[in-house]
Formats: sequence, structure tokens, C-alpha cells
Amino acid sequence: MSLSNAQRQKLLLIPIYIALTVAGIFTLIPFAWLVCAAFKSNADIFTSNFLPLGDGFLGVAWTRLTLVNFVRLFKELGIGVALTNSVFLSATSALLATFCCSLAGYALAKFRFAGRGLVMSLVLAALVVPGSLLMAPGYKLLYDLGLLNSFAGLILPGLTPAFGVFLFRQAMVNAVPATLIESARIDGAGEFRIFFTIVLPLVRPMIGAYLMITFLGTWNNFIGPQIVLQDPASFPLSVAINQLRGLYGTDYGLIMSGTMISIAPVLALFLLLQKEFIAGLTSGAVKG
Amino acid sequence: MPAPAARPASASTTVVRRYRAEPVWVPWVFLAPFLLSFGVFLVWPLIQSVVLACQQTFGPKSTAWVGFANFSFLLHDPLFWKAVSNTAIFAAGSVFLQLPVSLGLALLLNRPGLRGRTVFRLVFFAPSLVGLVFVGLLFALIFAPRTGLVNSVLHDFFPAFDPEFPWLQIYVMPALILAALWLYAGFNMVYFLAALQGVPEELMEAAALDGAGPWHRFRHIVLPEILPVGTFVVLMSLLGSLQLFELPYILLTGSGPDNRGLTIVMYLYDNGFVTGDLGYASAVGWVLALLMGSFALGQRWLNKRQEES
Repeated sequence: MSLSNAQRQKLLLIPIYIALTVAGIFTLIPFAWLVCAAFKSNADIFTSNFLPLGDGFLGVAWTRLTLVNFVRLFKELGIGVALTNSVFLSATSALLATFCCSLAGYALAKFRFAGRGLVMSLVLAALVVPGSLLMAPGYKLLYDLGLLNSFAGLILPGLTPAFGVFLFRQAMVNAVPATLIESARIDGAGEFRIFFTIVLPLVRPMIGAYLMITFLGTWNNFIGPQIVLQDPASFPLSVAINQLRGLYGTDYGLIMSGTMISIAPVLALFLLLQKEFIAGLTSGAVKG
Repeated sequence: MPAPAARPASASTTVVRRYRAEPVWVPWVFLAPFLLSFGVFLVWPLIQSVVLACQQTFGPKSTAWVGFANFSFLLHDPLFWKAVSNTAIFAAGSVFLQLPVSLGLALLLNRPGLRGRTVFRLVFFAPSLVGLVFVGLLFALIFAPRTGLVNSVLHDFFPAFDPEFPWLQIYVMPALILAALWLYAGFNMVYFLAALQGVPEELMEAAALDGAGPWHRFRHIVLPEILPVGTFVVLMSLLGSLQLFELPYILLTGSGPDNRGLTIVMYLYDNGFVTGDLGYASAVGWVLALLMGSFALGQRWLNKRQEES
């Protein structure tokens, strides 16, 4: 009596599940460890790895978990300001960049005009310029423009990334039918109205994906605010938590809860929007 | 008032329905934000960086013309070469460790009949949402003496293990490469998985029926199909490695013991923004851009050769 083919296939999957689960555990352990530590007192951080052991449910001393780190972060160290700065900078950059990139992408995808080829090659040229080449001269430029130590100095240089223009152009070439635009024109719709009511709804997945990409990029940006901003009240989380570590380096609970506050919102956002996010990424990549 | 409706419809529609050319100014208005920021924040700084690279500055205000002295100093600075070799070690570590892991995960996930693919993919992808700064902070805590996860677990399993062992003082590069592996493995995996899903299923089944073993099927069917994506991922990893800054800067709180964590961009940052010589930093930037450009050209050349053969 030998196994049927289907049964053999199922048996062969078992080691694969095991390998994937082990890899998954290694991926998740740093997160789990961080979250546990964020809710522990410094004494418990020294004596336990994950959760403090005791005689509570599952052998864990649940009552020893504490919010003291978060209270100190928000009440004494004003991390709320940094959180607000991060949210403001990321949201503003994401909205502006998505708007400007979709406008430019639309122009390149759906209009025929003298100079289009030239602009397209400018976009491609901008894609290959490494950011680190622009650091020093960009700093001097912001100094000359009087934009150092201001949010504008961080937001304006990223107003229309070439990458976004390129992505939106690719998405719109196929997703937006020219006949739809033409008939809207015949009906007398203005160009901006066509853009907002017809073009943008057709590339919704791309908009979701790009909002997410730019939000994440700004949220996780460290070197930009580190160079441009000087006033601690304007620091986003990335710079603020690093400063905190310089001042309270051995206060592990504080640093861990601060790191957790910086990571959790973007993970939550991704989990909420991941369908849109992945749909947008693949639509941009496949239909190009 | 039935007058408008009574007009013969056909005559007027043929006139109106004729293609109305889009106004010439429209695309330029839509492109204005891009063109403006392209000119101000890309072209102008690029021109500036050429001028700056030939100057010595102290902050943005005081400058002195030094010609090519920045470049000759740079090429003779042992610290710069230290940064180059560190960056090269890191790049090699990422390519030779990260890519096999990413490809392996993708191959496992691509197995037909596997359940929970979406969940696994989500889990592996999650670290790439965490910014390099926060990965640096997180791994600095994980490798910390006494309280760090690595030391306390090792000490629990092997009581002889010294819980004060200073990983970040001794194993600088392995720690960096491991942190980068955690961050990027799932990210690269997504690319490989997309490429693997393009491998025709019938071809694999036909080969299996003809008696081709798993290795032969991988070597002759899967590998050629995913090679373009593979070289793309290698290029991205190399370019990313060359621009490495935040991860070691945060993880090691600077360039690390004996500058063993110094990277090219950190060298640029230190000179430009700690010492304040924006001119010298621009020169470093150009050398870095040349390096990156040559890698990109190398990849194009490789791709061309693959297409021809």
C-alpha cells in the first residue's frame, strides 16, 4: 500500500512549514522582545528576557508590567511633540508628493506636446542621481534660501520625486483611456476637473501605494532632519529618540518604549492598508 | 420652449464631436511642480557640487578655492580607504548572505499547495517597514551587554558565557550584516517571489515527468527565468550598501571601535557636517557617485551579455 500522489505532496510540505515557521519566529523575535521590554520596569529588564516570570496566568507576572516608560516619555520628556512632528512631516510630504507626482505623471502619460521626450529623459536622469551627492550642496542651498531649521526645508526638496513621477506615468499610460478624457473635454469639463474626477479615481491603488511609500520614507528619514533641523522642538521621532539615547543611554526601558512608539504606527498603518499597498505596487510593476 | 431640442441634432454634433486638441499650456502647468523642484533642488545643487568640490569651506559661509586638492587628499587619506573597505565588506556580506536567504524563502513560499502564504509573506516583509534608524536602535539594544537579548539568552543556555560580552566592540561587521539581513531578507524575497510566479508551471511539470530532479529543474528552468530579477536585486543591494550610513551610525553610535564601522557616507557626513567642510564632502559625493555609476553600468553590461547568449 503506497501513498497516493496527493498525500506524498502533503507530507513533503511538512518540512517546508517547519522551515518557514522557524524563519518567521526569528523575524518576529526582535519585535516581541521590544514590545515586552517596553512594558517592563528597568529592574525586570535586567532579570527577564521577555515577560517577567511569576505565578500569574501562564507563569507570567502580569501585574509587574507597567506603563511607567510611556508615562515618562510623554509627561517628562515631551515625546508627544516629536510624534506630532513625525506625523505632520510624513503626512504633508506624502500628500504633496502624491499630488505633484500624479499631476506630472498624467502630463507625461496622456498629453502629446513638444518637449515631452525631453522631460521624460529629465525624469530618468533624476532617478540615477544619488542622494548623498546632493547632501552638501543641498545644505548650502537651504542655507542660501533661508530654509535651514524649518519644515519647509525638509518638505520642499521632496516635493516631486522623479521616482513617483515615473510610477504614476507607468500606471496612467494603461489605466486611463484617452477616449474617456476626450469625451469629458467635449462635454466641457475643465482640465483640473478631468484630472480630479476621472484620472485620479482610475489609479486609486497607485495613489494608496505611493502615499504609503512616501509616508514611510519620511517617517524613517533620519539624515534629512538631522542635518536640516536644529531646534529640538522640531525634531521628528527618528532624531528625537536618538538624542534621548545619547542622554539616557542606560535607561533601557525608556529607549525601548521610545523605539516601539516609532515602529508601531507604521506597522499598524501597513497592516491596515496592505491590500491597497500590494495591489498598487504590482499594478505599477506589471502593467508598465 | 422646445426650440433647442427641435434643432437638427446630427449637424451640430458632427461639428462639436470633432477632436478638440488639448490646450498647449496644460501639460506644462501639470509639470510645473516637477520642473521647478527639479531645477531648484537637483540641477542647481549638482552645479554647486562641482564648484564646491574644488573648494575648501568652513560651514556654508567661508570658502577658499583649492582646485583638485580635495580629490588628491581624499585618495591619499587612509581613513577614506578604511571606509571603502568597510563598505565593500558589508556589500559582500549582504549579497552573499542576504540573497541566498531571500531566494530560499521565496522558493519555499512558492511551493504549490502551500497554505498561509500571505501570512508568511507579511511576516517576512514586516521588518522592511522599520526605518534604518530604528533597526539600528533595536539591534543596539539586542546586542547590548547584560540586558541585550543575545547575551541573556546565551547566558541562560550556557552559564559559562560572559553576559557582559561586548558584541559591538568586537564583531562590528557581523552585527551590521545580521541587522541588515533581518531588515532586507523579506524585502528582496518579494522580488524573487514575483519572478518565481512568472515561471511557467507546465514547463516544470513536463520536466518532472521527463525525470528532471529538483536541482536540474532549478538550474535549467527556474534560474534562467529569475536571473534578470536576480541581477536587479544584486544591483540594488550593492547601491544600497554603498550608501550605508544610518545603520552603523546609530548601531555603533558613530564609526565604531577603531573606525571599523566607518562607511563612505559616514565619512562624507563627518567631513561635511561635523567638521563643516562642505567642499570636501562634495568631492566625496562625486567619488561615491562615480562608484555607483560604474556598478550600474556593469549591471547593464551583464544583462546585455545574458540577452545575447
